[in-house]
Amino acid sequence: MKQVLAVLTVVAVIIAFWYAASVPMNIRGVLVEAERAGEVVDPPKAADRRQIDEFELILDNPFAIDDTWEQERPRLPAPHQVAEELWDTTVEKKITSKRSLVYHAWVTLSATLLGFAFGTGLGILLAVGIVHSKVMDMSVMPWAIVSQTIPIIALAPMIIVVLYSVGVQGIIPKAVISAYLSFFPVVVGMVKGLRSPDMMQLDLLRTYGASKAQGFWKLRLPASMPYLFASLKIGIAASLVGAIVGELPTGAVAGLGARLLAGSYYGQTVQIWSALFGAAILAACLVGLLGLIERAVLKRMGMA
Amino acid sequence: MTEHPGADVVIEAQNLDLTFETNDGPVHALKDVSLTIDKGEFVSFIGPSGCGKTTFLRCIAALEQPTGGSLSVNGMTPDEARRNRAYGYVFQAAGLYPWRTIARNIKLPLEIMGYSRSEQEERVNNVLQLVDLEGFGGKYPWQLSGGMQQRASIARALAFDADILLMDEPFGALDEIVRDHLNEQLLALWARTEKTIGFVTHSIPEAVYLSTKIVVMSPRPGRITDVIDSPLPKERPLDIRDTPEFIEVAHRVREGLRAGHSE
Repeated sequence: MKQVLAVLTVVAVIIAFWYAASVPMNIRGVLVEAERAGEVVDPPKAADRRQIDEFELILDNPFAIDDTWEQERPRLPAPHQVAEELWDTTVEKKITSKRSLVYHAWVTLSATLLGFAFGTGLGILLAVGIVHSKVMDMSVMPWAIVSQTIPIIALAPMIIVVLYSVGVQGIIPKAVISAYLSFFPVVVGMVKGLRSPDMMQLDLLRTYGASKAQGFWKLRLPASMPYLFASLKIGIAASLVGAIVGELPTGAVAGLGARLLAGSYYGQTVQIWSALFGAAILAACLVGLLGLIERAVLKRMGMA
Repeated sequence: MTEHPGADVVIEAQNLDLTFETNDGPVHALKDVSLTIDKGEFVSFIGPSGCGKTTFLRCIAALEQPTGGSLSVNGMTPDEARRNRAYGYVFQAAGLYPWRTIARNIKLPLEIMGYSRSEQEERVNNVLQLVDLEGFGGKYPWQLSGGMQQRASIARALAFDADILLMDEPFGALDEIVRDHLNEQLLALWARTEKTIGFVTHSIPEAVYLSTKIVVMSPRPGRITDVIDSPLPKERPLDIRDTPEFIEVAHRVREGLRAGHSE
């Protein structure tokens, strides 16, 4: 009960701060609209208002505060506007509609899952290679690290252009970018996990004359499971980011990235924020789902 | 093997040397170690850390390669002996897999060695009985006490019926009371199975209580300073530790350890 209260308090503080921040962010726009509607604004001219800071404008025009939370295209939309937009574009719209956030989320999610599967597979394969071969450890690991130092926003357009020029488009380029971001945590986590058995465990297998393959399937792989799940949680969030970034340079037809881009083209800030929250909720669901799978798997293995 | 007519020699080391090359120069873990162990003996290795007792055991198990001398196990090289499943090894920590039940932990070597399923079941039941853990096969390691876990690890080493049991301070991490109990059980197990046991320990009473032969070792370089054939009878209740014979053997072990130290 106490914990629930603490959590709710944090949420309330964030929302209160958000509402408070919306007022100075939007006050100038509201006053311009009010001036055009013929209301008395202090000072009346926009040029004069530019000389005065936002907080003074609020004090001079307290009637405008309510309107800062109800603008069509606010600089910073208020929480309830974002919530309304989210409700409107998920529940009220048919999911086949191009204006449905569920439709766009599905477009992004499909690329995310494909990229995540691909990245996880690649990551596990690389980790197995790195653990079993000193040459791979020394040759692959540095490149894996270097790959993550390049900003994905710079790399994504190149990947899309290169793949397009060889005739690959649609979901694949996005999935490739997703995989590019998600394989790395899996490599790092799995290398750590596959190396987690101590010398004694390895010696024990040697006394049985076990082969490398037996050591892998019976000891290293099961021992790596907790590490794998920790990596997968990071990996799936990175996959989602990758898919969204992959949607930005294509001119944005569909997907959460497209909603973000279209929103910024047309100044639809409410749309941008609702797409952002849509992405955040999606990420939370994916990570939560992995958490459930982790619990089930480890419990079955007798480790949780 | 001609030295011991009549007795079956199981382990024979002659002038065994093992030198580790380290950054601080060579370390003589074993120097000129010669020892013969006959079938059915219970041999304890005792000495301060660095005396090479564990290293010697690891050489027998082919986990270390000696740099000089000769070592034979069942008349074979240690490597061949391992391939012939000559020994089971018990480490200081039980090292049970947390994701396997006790029964499946004991099956681990059997799976690796390719025993059939029905034979695996049969052997698991046999060794669980041998270490007094019937009914615990379905439990996970964390559900067992430290002493029970170590018994399970002994069962795992016994499962494939090797003639030799090598134990590296198996009860070192357990408290005195549990240790006494396990020592008693180990002697009973040894009497029943007639295995040859190599047992590394820090504890003088433990070594004297368990062994038919006590090998006293000392460090820098690791070598044997005394080999004591115990005059104690095979039947040993715990209170044998208060008899004059026991105290005399313990005294000789202590002397051997001291002599090794003062050199």
